This record gives sequence, structure tokens and C-alpha cells, in this order.
Amino acid sequence: MAEAKYISNDKLTAWLDELAGKMRVIAPTRQGDAVVFAPYASGQSVELAQEATAPPKSVVFPASEDLLRYDYRKNPENLGQVDVELLPTISPEPTLVFGSRPCGVRGFLIFDRVYDGATYKDPYYLARREATLFATIACGQAENACFCHSVGSAPGDATGSDLLLTPIADGFVVEAVSDKGAQCLESSLLEAAGGKADEAKAFREKALQEMGEPQDFGPAQQKLLELFDDMGFWEDVSAKCISCGACTYLCPTCYCFNITDENAGLTGRRVRSWDNCMSFQFTLEASGHNPRPTKAHRLKNRVGHKFSYYPNLHDGIIACCGCGRCIKSCPVSVDIREIVTKAMAHQPPAVEEAAK
Amino acid sequence: MTILTQLKEQITAQLPKLDMVIGWEQGYDALHATPLFMRAAEDVERLQIGPLSVHNTATYLTGLRNKKVGLVVKGCDSRAVVQLQQEGLIDRENVVVFGFPCDGVADLTKVRRLIGDVGRVEEVETTPTELRLRVDGREEQVAMSDVMADKCRRCQYPNALVHDHFAGKPREPHATSDDYTDVQEFESQSLETRFEHWKSEMSRCIRCYACRNACPMCVCRDHCIAQSRDPHWVTQDDMVREKWMFQVIHAMHLAGRCVECGECQRACPVDIPILALKRKMNKEIKEVFNYDAGVDPQAIPPLLSFQVEEENINERGW
Repeated sequence: MAEAKYISNDKLTAWLDELAGKMRVIAPTRQGDAVVFAPYASGQSVELAQEATAPPKSVVFPASEDLLRYDYRKNPENLGQVDVELLPTISPEPTLVFGSRPCGVRGFLIFDRVYDGATYKDPYYLARREATLFATIACGQAENACFCHSVGSAPGDATGSDLLLTPIADGFVVEAVSDKGAQCLESSLLEAAGGKADEAKAFREKALQEMGEPQDFGPAQQKLLELFDDMGFWEDVSAKCISCGACTYLCPTCYCFNITDENAGLTGRRVRSWDNCMSFQFTLEASGHNPRPTKAHRLKNRVGHKFSYYPNLHDGIIACCGCGRCIKSCPVSVDIREIVTKAMAHQPPAVEEAAK
Repeated sequence: MTILTQLKEQITAQLPKLDMVIGWEQGYDALHATPLFMRAAEDVERLQIGPLSVHNTATYLTGLRNKKVGLVVKGCDSRAVVQLQQEGLIDRENVVVFGFPCDGVADLTKVRRLIGDVGRVEEVETTPTELRLRVDGREEQVAMSDVMADKCRRCQYPNALVHDHFAGKPREPHATSDDYTDVQEFESQSLETRFEHWKSEMSRCIRCYACRNACPMCVCRDHCIAQSRDPHWVTQDDMVREKWMFQVIHAMHLAGRCVECGECQRACPVDIPILALKRKMNKEIKEVFNYDAGVDPQAIPPLLSFQVEEENINERGW
């Protein structure tokens, strides 16, 4: 691995400008009262002090994208015959996501197992994934909704990143995590970190230590399956859910999509857009039947997918990065930790009765 | 006896006759309350009311139509009950309303503006005039007058307008009239400025529909035109045009129905100030029909009625 570097806060903008000259840079930007990842404009201020409201998910997995465009063309020789021409649309731009937190990047590791799996490779996802670098900032303090250390990560987790920046006095220690990341360090604005690298390591260790004991969500994998048919439990924990998609759309690991065709005369587009399992339409079948007719069925899926079905298919890995956005951005403060904990502690009524 | 104690007693007495009573309790941290569904007597102990009880409990009513539901309401929440009743969307005899005098709720976005990120709030103490927070080990005191939701500053109905039980004594209104100065100020800008404002604000919309689902008057629920394929009025593209189109649909469907509880804006995870659109519609409804939504259970909402000649609409004068 390349030598650790250091950049002082006053040179950060110059470095970002330099990087933006080489590739598209996406950074946390204040818009109104929210902080969202947006294309970096030279000299702008970036919001690095807190976790962004939305994660950088859309950089690799856009909220909507054209999968293809199509064109119906009448054959001039035989007007009864119509040919369809399909026009491909993939053209990713080399991109650097600057200033995500470790959890925001870790989300893509959950995506990778699905869209870059053994049986299926999603060319749209892979093209953007390949073209995107991540310069991640280690967290110094967990928020009340944070639980990354309970799902296999940490406030200083570099997994999935290309560069790891650790804030220390007046600047950041910058460490390359990948070869691609190392190339970004070739700037005269960066100096050798020297002893500051140890300071950075101590900073990350302290942040993890301060999070306290992680919670073990492992038993949820089996327990949630046992609770699958206990709709009373799910109606209880979903009572306050208002069935919006804030939790899923702000989730760095939620990867589900919808496909719709947009026709305009003889041309059209096939659009892939984010979809969410909190929505009634998510499982609505053409017959009109809906296997998940209530919000209890749907919240069961969201929790079950992350803490049971996905781990079951993917070596026990929980499909959650613990960023806490689903908790703190939920309009009614539904807490997924609380639901999983309740599920793990849940005893069937008969057992409870016997224990009395 | 405090208002909360009285309220708890009233709820405990009624609970055996009801499937549930909806109120608020502390959520995942001291600053965030969360709706509380009280089913057993011990649940009532967790009830809290005050400046953090921000959610409109009436939002759940239409989804619970076949149940006997008790509802703890602020004044604005009670207006939603009235409006739903007027429209025949709830059965009033199935709803038991518990009212209390509301001193106004805190707008957590305003709290963030004042003290910065609120992710690490350790303790909150509420007084009638202040929020005292401990954040990251430091003490922060913010005046309620600085962080009170805008809807509360202009609230004329702080006491439940309909109720079966009322705890405490009704309080004075926070305001005596609403002159829509905010809407007028916005409208005084040029069309281009206003359009740019909305294009910029809507660009960060994630189309989660929290605004719609938090709205007590959005009763189409699973059949909203924003997501239906047939009719296909709105595409699923991540474009301002589509996001804006939905906001216009929402505002139009709420004309004369919106009780301005502000849940759409509060629920927005990216803080888009969308209540302004509903305020604009209400201003028009007030001017044309002199009508306030959700105030009088006996009144007929103007867009649910028909008169051959409307007093303030000059149909033949063009």
C-alpha cells in the first residue's frame, strides 16, 4: 500500500478542484436544509462534518435510467413490416465520490453480490461501479441512529473505498485503499503523513470503542423465518409505519427496481427506476392479486430481506450497513433495530404461557 | 393534576371499549417522538404530549376504518378528523377523540438550523417556553418561539375542535387570523424566480411519497395516480418535471381539504418546503368561498358542493 499522506483543510478545495479536472466529482452539498450528493462545482463548499441526508447510492444506481431506447421503423419496401431498432444507452463517466461515510460505500458491497453475482451480471450497474471511485471519510462519533458496528462494519471501515480520509487536527490523513485510489494521491498538495498516520489510526479505534458493545443480529436470520406467519407480530410492529419509501430510497443497500416503458409515437424508452417494497404496487400482480396486501406484509419483507433472506443466500451477510437513515429520516421514527430485537426476543404465546 | 395525567386517566377508562388509542411516546432518542399505539393499560404509561408530539394521529384513521380507534389530538389533528368526517371517510361513532390544549410543536428542521446536526441528542427537557437539550455533552437552550413550527404560530385552533374527552383547560389561540403573508410574499416575486425556486427545491426530491403518505387527507393510498400504470399520467423518471407534476396533483386534490397540519413538509426527508403549495390553494379557497377546511363538522366543503351561482365567481362577466 502507498504511503499515508496528509492534507490540511485549507488545501482541500484546491485538491478537489484538481481532482475535478480529471474526473466527475460528486460531493455532499447543502441544498436547502438537506445535504445531498451532487456534482462538485469548482470552489464550492462541501459538507463533510456530518452524514449526508441521502447516501451516494444514486451515483452508481441512479434513481432512474434509460435501459434502452427503441425506434419502430417502417420498412420502405414493405410498409406492413415494422422493424424495431434498439439503441443502447450505457455511457458511464469516470467519477469520484468524495466525502461519503464508510456505511454509504459499504452499501455497494451488498449490491455487488446481486448485480455482480455468479449467475447474473447487470451491465448497467457494473459499468458505473467500475467507473466510480470512493474517497471516504472515517466517522469520529456515532449518531443515535448509527449501528454500523452491529452489522459487520465500523466508523473507520475502509472496505469498498479507494481512499480513506481520517479527520485529525486541521486536516485529513489520506490513505490509499486500492491502486486506483493511490493514483489520486499523486498531488503536490498532499504531504507525507509521517506520525499523523498513527494519530488517524487511534482516532478510528476510539470511534469504534465509543460505540460500545455491538448488538448480535445473527440469530434474527432464523427467528424472522419462524415469525413469517405470525401476522399479529408484524401488524404490531408496523402499526405506525405510513408506507412511504423514505427508508428504502435513503438506504445504501436497497437495490430493487421497477421497469416501465415510456412510448411517444414510434419511439420510446425503457426506464429502470428505484422501487421499494413498502409500496403496494411492488408485488401487485397483473391479475390484481397482491401477495403483500398490507403494510404489515411489506414491512415484514423489508426487515426479513435485510436480516434473514439475504444473509441466507449470501454467507450470513446482513443486507444493512447500519447508517441509521431509515430510522432518523422516517417520518414516524420506525426503528429497524427495535423490530429485529423484538423479533429475536419474541416467544410464541404458548411458550410465554408455560414460562409463567 | 397535570394535563398528561388527566389524559392518561381518560384513556385508561376508555381503552377496554376500544381496539387501540393512538398518541405519542419517546422514539429512538429524546428528541424524536414516535406514534404510540396503546392497546393494553400498561402502554398508556408511555404516552407523552408536548412540543415533540409532532405527528398527526388522524393520518392513521382511514386505514383503521373497521376498528374502534381512540385518538389523542392536537388542534390541527382534530381538524383532519373533522374534514374526514365531512367527507364521509371515517365513521365518527367508531372514533373517540381525546383533546388537550396544544402549546405548539417544535419544527426539528428549525432546531437543526439553530444548533447544527441533532444526531447526538442525549437529553431533552421541555418547558412551555424552551427546549433544553444536551447534545454531545454540551447544553443547548432554544426558545420555543424560535423553533415553533410556522403552522403553530398562525394557529387559530389549538384546542381540539371535536372531542369526546378533553384534558386541561382550553387555551387562547396562538393567532386570531391568517392573512397568508408568506404566500403573498412568495407570489410577489417574478414568475421566473418562482419557477427557479421550485425547480431547485424539487431537484432533490427522492420520490419517496412521504409527503403523500403522511397526509391525513391523502386517502387514495394504494391507488395513487402518481404510481398507477393505467392511467399513466406520471412517468417514473427521476426528473423535476415528474416530481413537480405530483406536487401539483397533491395540492390540487387538497384544495379546500387541506387542514395545514404540515405533515407533508415535516415528513419530507430532504426538507422541501411543500406546504407553501397547499397554503396557496387554501388562500384561493378562502378568497373565493370564505372557507376553512376542517373547522365545522356540519359544513360542506366547497368543492364537494355545487351552487348554480357562486357568490365570488363571476361566470358571466367575461
